[in-house]
Amino acid sequence: MSNKIATAGNMGKKVRSDCFVTLELKDSGGISIEQKSKVQVMYGESNKKLCEDILSFFEIKNAQLTIEDSGALPLVIAARIEAAVKELIDTDKEYLLDIIEENKYTSEKEQFRFSRLYLPGNTPSMMLNAGIHDPNGIILDLEDSVAFNKKKEAQLLVRNALRGINFYGAERMVRINQFPKGLEDIKYLIPHNVHMLLVPKCEGADQIKQLEVKIDELRKQHKVERPIYLMPIIESALGVEKAFEIATASENVVAMAIGLEDYTADLGARRTNEAVESFYARTRMVNACKAARIQAIDSVFSDVADMDALRENVKTSKGLGFEGMGCIHPRQIKVIHESFAPEAEEIDKAKKIVNAFIDATEKGLGVVSLGTKMIDPPVVKRAEKTINLAISLGLISENWREEFLNEQAG
Amino acid sequence: MAKKYADLVKNAVGRMVPTEVNGQKQVPFQGVGKFKPETSKHGPKIVSCADFPEDGNKEVTSLKEALVKAGLKDGMTISTHHHFRNGDLLANKIFDIAKELGVKDLRWVPSASFPCHEHLIQYLEDGTIHHIEGSMNGPLGRFASYGKMRGLGVLRSHGGRYQAIQDGEVKIDIAIIGAACADPFGNANGLYGSSASGLLGFALADSQYADKVIVVTDNMVPFPCIPWQIQGNYVDYTVQVDQVGIPEKIVSGTTQITKSPDRLLLAEMTAQLCWEAGIIRDGFSFQSGAGGTSLAVGDYFAKIMRKEGIKARFARGGSNKYLVSMLEEGLIEYILDGQTFDLKGVQSMADNPNHVWTSPFTSYNYHGKGNFAGLVDVVILGATEVDVNFNANVVTHSDGLLLHGIGGWQNCLFSKTVILPIPLFRDRIPVILDEVTTICGPGELIDVIVTERGIAINPKRKDLIEALKDSTLPIKTIEELKDEAEKICGKPAKANFDDELVAVIKWVDGTIIDSVRKVKP
Repeated sequence: MSNKIATAGNMGKKVRSDCFVTLELKDSGGISIEQKSKVQVMYGESNKKLCEDILSFFEIKNAQLTIEDSGALPLVIAARIEAAVKELIDTDKEYLLDIIEENKYTSEKEQFRFSRLYLPGNTPSMMLNAGIHDPNGIILDLEDSVAFNKKKEAQLLVRNALRGINFYGAERMVRINQFPKGLEDIKYLIPHNVHMLLVPKCEGADQIKQLEVKIDELRKQHKVERPIYLMPIIESALGVEKAFEIATASENVVAMAIGLEDYTADLGARRTNEAVESFYARTRMVNACKAARIQAIDSVFSDVADMDALRENVKTSKGLGFEGMGCIHPRQIKVIHESFAPEAEEIDKAKKIVNAFIDATEKGLGVVSLGTKMIDPPVVKRAEKTINLAISLGLISENWREEFLNEQAG
Repeated sequence: MAKKYADLVKNAVGRMVPTEVNGQKQVPFQGVGKFKPETSKHGPKIVSCADFPEDGNKEVTSLKEALVKAGLKDGMTISTHHHFRNGDLLANKIFDIAKELGVKDLRWVPSASFPCHEHLIQYLEDGTIHHIEGSMNGPLGRFASYGKMRGLGVLRSHGGRYQAIQDGEVKIDIAIIGAACADPFGNANGLYGSSASGLLGFALADSQYADKVIVVTDNMVPFPCIPWQIQGNYVDYTVQVDQVGIPEKIVSGTTQITKSPDRLLLAEMTAQLCWEAGIIRDGFSFQSGAGGTSLAVGDYFAKIMRKEGIKARFARGGSNKYLVSMLEEGLIEYILDGQTFDLKGVQSMADNPNHVWTSPFTSYNYHGKGNFAGLVDVVILGATEVDVNFNANVVTHSDGLLLHGIGGWQNCLFSKTVILPIPLFRDRIPVILDEVTTICGPGELIDVIVTERGIAINPKRKDLIEALKDSTLPIKTIEELKDEAEKICGKPAKANFDDELVAVIKWVDGTIIDSVRKVKP
């Protein structure tokens, strides 16, 4: 390679928890590391060791490495240096820090996906605290929020984030790039316990099927046993027309979302608060999802300051049959959860059904009935979901059944 | 000139502190409420009306004339106040004049300094100013941290400053009080005029105990200036100048509720904790600072109070538009205000009889017969660092640099419940440590640390632990929080200190609670 200088990362007054690295390969003189860091006193020494370790891992013997650090964690520094190294050297080696124990959980096909928080895939400062806001899912985005010339370094940062940042139990999602570019993203994701991939601007079952082939190759190679779930995002008129085909393209498609910004642009219409222009697309998509027995997920609400309008928006969304929504600001999460929350009547009904189910199980009965009505298993399952949700939202206590029985008796 | 400091001993919180500072004997911190001086308060000289103008007109033509008449000379102690915050034009002008007159070795005792006072570094370098006793923010703190100041810095809380002046620990030769409004007799207030800042409480002690008092205003009104927050009977000279402060910088600062989702979460958790612990109840009182997170706590308090139909008897300011709107809505009966942070606050203080101005004497002075801070049910404060013994630091950063003043922070620790909502780490710098860099407040007075990753309650507060035992809030031990921060950030190396001291931190009773060491460049 002729190029001898490469850079990666971000710097500037507003940049935090990130670093900007400049790597220059030399012919002689050994390794020289220069740090300008706001945490020099506390982490200067350990950062230096990390830098040396990475360069030696990539078998670089002569180089000048400069780091302008605004408080980056080791996993960020490592991603930035690796990105610079890979600009200059052809290598398949990956410098991987340990995956933290807290990140070794899995997700379920059926779990709640009311809120999913979008995070730009090349902005570490937003990733660190995302989990504490308790979204159902966290999306590390490699697509629209990452500048074209930063795509490669974002892949490495997202990979390191999946391994090293605690998301406190949120479903671990990544939005890959649009087909076919997104196919290149997944080798940085599949081995690192990603739970779900969001597939943007999806326009046909074929795209999902091609993606699945690649995923399966990587799963075999890295011995990943559990499935990787998919959430295609419908963002065009063609996508809307193909909604059912996409929803049923694979058993790993467990939810499907709509992206209204691009869809309205495709229509040539203006996006309005009333959303009349996308009414057809939304109902069509919800219907396709229900027909395919998967979750229908709504677009994001972009006015992050207006919580009342968001609340209204979620009510409408729920009314149309959507089961979740995207968030672009952590403060939206709570409002979305509250608005998707089951209403009192729904909870009362669920309590009766679940109670009847527990009764029947205890008595060894195969059939659950409430009064004279037989209850089908899916209805029980749904009621259990409602109860669990109500508990997780603090609407009822974990000991609800005790209270329920007391009420019945009293 | 006296030595900067001498004879270090270990004090009651285990820190090495000098027993002599800038030639004055000092008492090491002995524990909360332990030190009880047996001496009398400082007595200023008796003066006679015969020596003052019969018509009450004490106006002189310029600040320079006033300083010369007040006898400005080498080695004097000069005091100023921070009512104009970062818009202050007065302090810089005073020392410009001192330089022009060739005066040396002045001791500057501001109630707080701001970045606008970076101008004074040249005078610290050339010897016009010998050293600063007062908060050192930003550039001045950096200057002191590298050991460049001739004398040792002395940091005091707002209440500690009143106590030190009252007790004669700091004898002020000339106090210069900038006022938004004054009359030629010297009555003054901070309420009216283009430099309005609300009140002049920080200058109260100086007016009562300084040898000479000069009032400077850009809004001279005929006698009487009503209300007289500063009484002209204490004042020697009055001066009218074109401008005492830059209005937009007086009321700027952190008067917006934070938009940071992480800080909002901290604020919400703090309010939730106060609600669940039964602190928010009819007739309660609170104080919440001017930072973005503290403002948000007030806002969440308001939401709970509205929903539950609760009224607070009083809130202590720093006031701002948010607190004022709570007063106007009837959620609070009184604001007892120490300083106003925006124009809405200034306006309310001028118009609303339930918005009352206070001073460090009424609110904070520890050598008084009680003070208001101790009567407050809950106070929300910040900190740069906290340690596993709940000791907290507000003046230095983990790299050792002295960058902030104490403000009323130490005084507020006497509130019935003290809560510090702070992030677990800031840009990789853990906030909860084995040991804080500088102890400003002893852990026995700090009750709850709220971080985004968990809440630690001081084991001394068994009542709070009991009240919150069924809470859904993430209650952890402080050691767990410390471990979590270190797990995310890595264990930080210690700051690189020289043995030399650059400043001492006074406790509210005038004893020394900790020393600040020189940072190696």
